[in-house]
Amino acid sequence: MAVYKKTYRSYEGRMTPEWSRFFVLTRYAWEDLRRRRFFTIFFLGTMTWPIICALGIYIRHNLSALELMGIRAASMVKIDSSFFLAFLGVQCMFAFFLNSFVGPGLVSPDLANNALPLYLSRPFSRTEYVLGRMSMLLILLSLMTWIPGEFLFGLQSYLEGWDWFKANVGLAWGLFAGSGVWIVFLALLSLSVSAWVKWKPVAGGLLFGLFFVAAGFGQAINAVLRTKWGNLINISNLVGSIWVSLFNKPLESGSGAVFFRIARGEEIPVWMCWVSLGLICLFCLWLLGRKIRGVEVSR
Amino acid sequence: MNVATQPPVIELDNLVVKLGDRLILKKLTGSFSGRAVGLLGPNGAGKSTLINTLLGFHKPFSGTARVFGHDVRTHARQVRSLIGYMPENDSFIADMPGIRFVRMMAELSGLPPAEALERSHEAFFFTGLGEVRYRNIGTYSLGMKQMAKLAQAIAHGPRLLFLDEPTNGLDPPARLRMLQLIKEIRDRGDLHIIISSHLLRDVEECCDEVLILKNGNIAASCNLEAERRANRNFLEIETRGADESFVAHIEQLGCRAAWGGNGRIKLVMPEGLEVRRIYQLASDRSVQIRRLNRKRDSLEDIFLKAMEEPANGSV
Repeated sequence: MAVYKKTYRSYEGRMTPEWSRFFVLTRYAWEDLRRRRFFTIFFLGTMTWPIICALGIYIRHNLSALELMGIRAASMVKIDSSFFLAFLGVQCMFAFFLNSFVGPGLVSPDLANNALPLYLSRPFSRTEYVLGRMSMLLILLSLMTWIPGEFLFGLQSYLEGWDWFKANVGLAWGLFAGSGVWIVFLALLSLSVSAWVKWKPVAGGLLFGLFFVAAGFGQAINAVLRTKWGNLINISNLVGSIWVSLFNKPLESGSGAVFFRIARGEEIPVWMCWVSLGLICLFCLWLLGRKIRGVEVSR
Repeated sequence: MNVATQPPVIELDNLVVKLGDRLILKKLTGSFSGRAVGLLGPNGAGKSTLINTLLGFHKPFSGTARVFGHDVRTHARQVRSLIGYMPENDSFIADMPGIRFVRMMAELSGLPPAEALERSHEAFFFTGLGEVRYRNIGTYSLGMKQMAKLAQAIAHGPRLLFLDEPTNGLDPPARLRMLQLIKEIRDRGDLHIIISSHLLRDVEECCDEVLILKNGNIAASCNLEAERRANRNFLEIETRGADESFVAHIEQLGCRAAWGGNGRIKLVMPEGLEVRRIYQLASDRSVQIRRLNRKRDSLEDIFLKAMEEPANGSV
């Protein structure tokens, strides 16, 4: 290293491919996160439920273990769509909490410190900036939701056999797509809230507020107007309905995923849930488009 | 290479920029090829808007702006890959060590991680922040933050450097250090610099070409190097005992001279003629030279003149 020369020199060396540069932001955000002890403990804690589920699947297929514990196979939880929906519900709720902790810290410091002109004065677009920040959340939340889910599905298929796999391959898709919908929605929501509010703790609080207050408000609308359309602003209801349809369960079965359960008789058509979620995502993109700029123009 | 013969760094062709309903830049036309171009003008003249437009932050309403021949509207990415930018305001990530911040910025410009780290160290040592490069930027003083901004602007080795008020908030030694660094970068000759500043002395010291903006128009543009050369040859002398015959003798040396009365003579020296010859002639003719001034039409004079005259938008 020629630091002792203390002179300026131009750079003529190798450059990284343009398509890969958004990963720089993801990598740096991941390194920042890794240093936080709370994150490490929480993230490892979220793996408890998948491990318990994996143990359950294993014991259910291990007669000697069942005999040893004095349990009858029939009395154990059935490994079907309800099992995987319940798994998804728990993991996605953990994902929500972790996202509320991580998400607001991704964009707001850049806005608070006026760092965006530095990012965007390089060969680096606003879309790449959002993609780089979002990738961090997409990877992190995937590690908590559909990746362990698919592992459980693979374990069950391995222990149960080819016929079970063929009959239930839709569950694998349901796990992937259901998690995907939730993850993308959460990532967009937290980035846009963090871009709008700028102050990390407030942005985190607002995320909780949007989730729980909107649900309460939806319930209030239902109760006052004696309708079910208040559920259109209840995010857990919207996502729960979409999951039930992705798992090919009849919506009227009323089960759904834990934390994302739809009350019997209050079901709204799935296409309306898609439209409602889509509109919220578009609104988030619009907010990001307004806030992620090289310079803020006062008109 | 002479400034005039260099390929243009920035070309403006009837560039109009509107922010909302406000017309900020009004049909700017001109071409600039100086090694260091100073951008001057009062507040609200459009300096920052011009820089932001060249960076692709504002879209031109009409007309074109080109950087090294690339249209900023259609080839913003190529333009940005050639640029290093030091913004006027505080721009950094407070809770990040300086070296990590500059390395990340260099990586975003396309440098591989190892090269980005090496060049970040170099940039920090070059700007004099080598000893504090592992400290969080939030703990830096104002002067250190300015230097860190310069470090991130040069770490990736750009071909064009935009410096927006680089000496803002610096104490005199830090200001001198910043100007020295800018001159050092300029003199290496492998990149061009655009400096936007309110401080005429800074621009005069660092730049060889100046663009003066006023109300979104180009009020004046001059080649400081040519001005300096011309000024070197322009003398005003105050004499005792001189008359018009003395002026005629001066003209015989190849000078263009004008008799101003009361012993005052203005003259333009030809290339190669030394002032010593004028003194010699005066001595031979028993004329006393009481005072000799080189004409010094400073940047301040040029600026003030430009502010008085109506601006027309083109060079």
